[in-house]
Amino acid sequence: MKSAVEARALHYPRLRMIGVVDYAAGNAPSVSYALTHLGLAHQLVGSPAELAGCDHIILPGVGAAPATLDSLDATHLTAAIAQAVSEGTPFLGICVGLQILLDHSAEGDVHCLGWIPGRVTRFPDTVRVPQIGWNAISPVRAHPILANLPDNAYCYFVNSYFATPTHPEDVIATTDYAGAFASIIGRANIVATQFHAEKSGPVGLRMLANFASWDGDA
Amino acid sequence: MSLTKRLIACFDVIAGRVTKAQQFQDNIDVDDAVTLARRLYAEQIDEIVFYDITASSERRMLDLETVRAVAQEVFVPFTVGGGIKSVDEMHQALKAGAEKISIDSMAVRNPEIIREGAAAFGRQCIVLSTQVKHVGVRDGIPSGYEVFIDGARTATGLDALDWVRRGEELGAGEIVVNSIDNDGLAQGYDLRIMRAVADAVNVPVIASGGAGTVAHIAAGLTEGAAQAAIISSILYSPRLDRNESPRDIKAELSDLGIPMRPWVDVDDLG
Repeated sequence: MKSAVEARALHYPRLRMIGVVDYAAGNAPSVSYALTHLGLAHQLVGSPAELAGCDHIILPGVGAAPATLDSLDATHLTAAIAQAVSEGTPFLGICVGLQILLDHSAEGDVHCLGWIPGRVTRFPDTVRVPQIGWNAISPVRAHPILANLPDNAYCYFVNSYFATPTHPEDVIATTDYAGAFASIIGRANIVATQFHAEKSGPVGLRMLANFASWDGDA
Repeated sequence: MSLTKRLIACFDVIAGRVTKAQQFQDNIDVDDAVTLARRLYAEQIDEIVFYDITASSERRMLDLETVRAVAQEVFVPFTVGGGIKSVDEMHQALKAGAEKISIDSMAVRNPEIIREGAAAFGRQCIVLSTQVKHVGVRDGIPSGYEVFIDGARTATGLDALDWVRRGEELGAGEIVVNSIDNDGLAQGYDLRIMRAVADAVNVPVIASGGAGTVAHIAAGLTEGAAQAAIISSILYSPRLDRNESPRDIKAELSDLGIPMRPWVDVDDLG
């Protein structure tokens, strides 16, 4: 029996094309500039047809969960991305692109995709909200996206809400803001960062490169 | 290990060139915006803010070409402002590669733009920048600080603390406090109004206007209680005898016990 990697290699021989999901509320250009800087082939994806040629998917995110979900639905991309992910395509969600992977978000009280069980809630008012700035990533388990990073890696966060996965094994790294929260989550071929990897300087660029060379096996 | 304080480089841009003013006047030329952005990114500045300072008075949209060119070079957060009047114009700036939109005079004229921008792109995207001047406590100005607009030329009659509270309510995700009195003089931030604003709102507050030394920056981040410091003179003003790099400034702030993003040795990242 072929591994998922070999199966994909048959479908997309020698091809590496990262699809960057481009929707009204997203910041696809920033991710695109970072991938260009890294010399990684990619295309902006605004429709299911454009997703067909991609062997990696990045879902960038800024703004609010409800607007993000509506915006994805409006382009019929939600089902197409879900299909590709279920077939093993490596997927990276960023910021709100992480939050919509859980079951539910308190931001707008919306049901989300439910790919990773858990909930998204708001930081307490005992800290300034949103959290804006560079904060440390503490890995709780190994993952290919963390390859070659310094022990004390700092990344750029902008968030009022944070995810709490139901299963601790879905948490890859945590960060401290009013207590520890999940700053990188993932299962199988899905990985997601609460911080903006595309805006986290050399550390973030390293993570994007790690994702691009990842075959989806966690 | 927790959230660090941010060092933000401010670019006052005229026609693609970074300039340096004193008290919002007498701009002198510094460098090409893209060249300077590339250098500061390499020296691991935490963030860059870009103001197209003549867009508003020339009644035009900000210089998207330069925004795009800078965004392609810097992989740290990038805020832009100048002449943005509508949600559609915010969208254009974001699609050019900005993360955040700074609004100032336009927000005073039409406060609803704060609400509309926050609804469309999230509150984290909307930075309310304020120009404040010490005028003394008087009727309608209980804090003694008044908000000015149009490059510090027009008094608004708004009290600085009332305005930042209103801005937070409307959806601003960060507040920048620019001291008109201290701008470009390299004598330090106006710590009194910084601290008052930080106490008045629960969103992050950014100190701006007046830092000339690392000690000034440190004071803004401690006594001033700001989450971030905007600097420009100390980085590149030809009016100062000595300029410093972001790397050195951040190391000195760390030595003073202020939590900063540590230097990353890029060679170690493989």
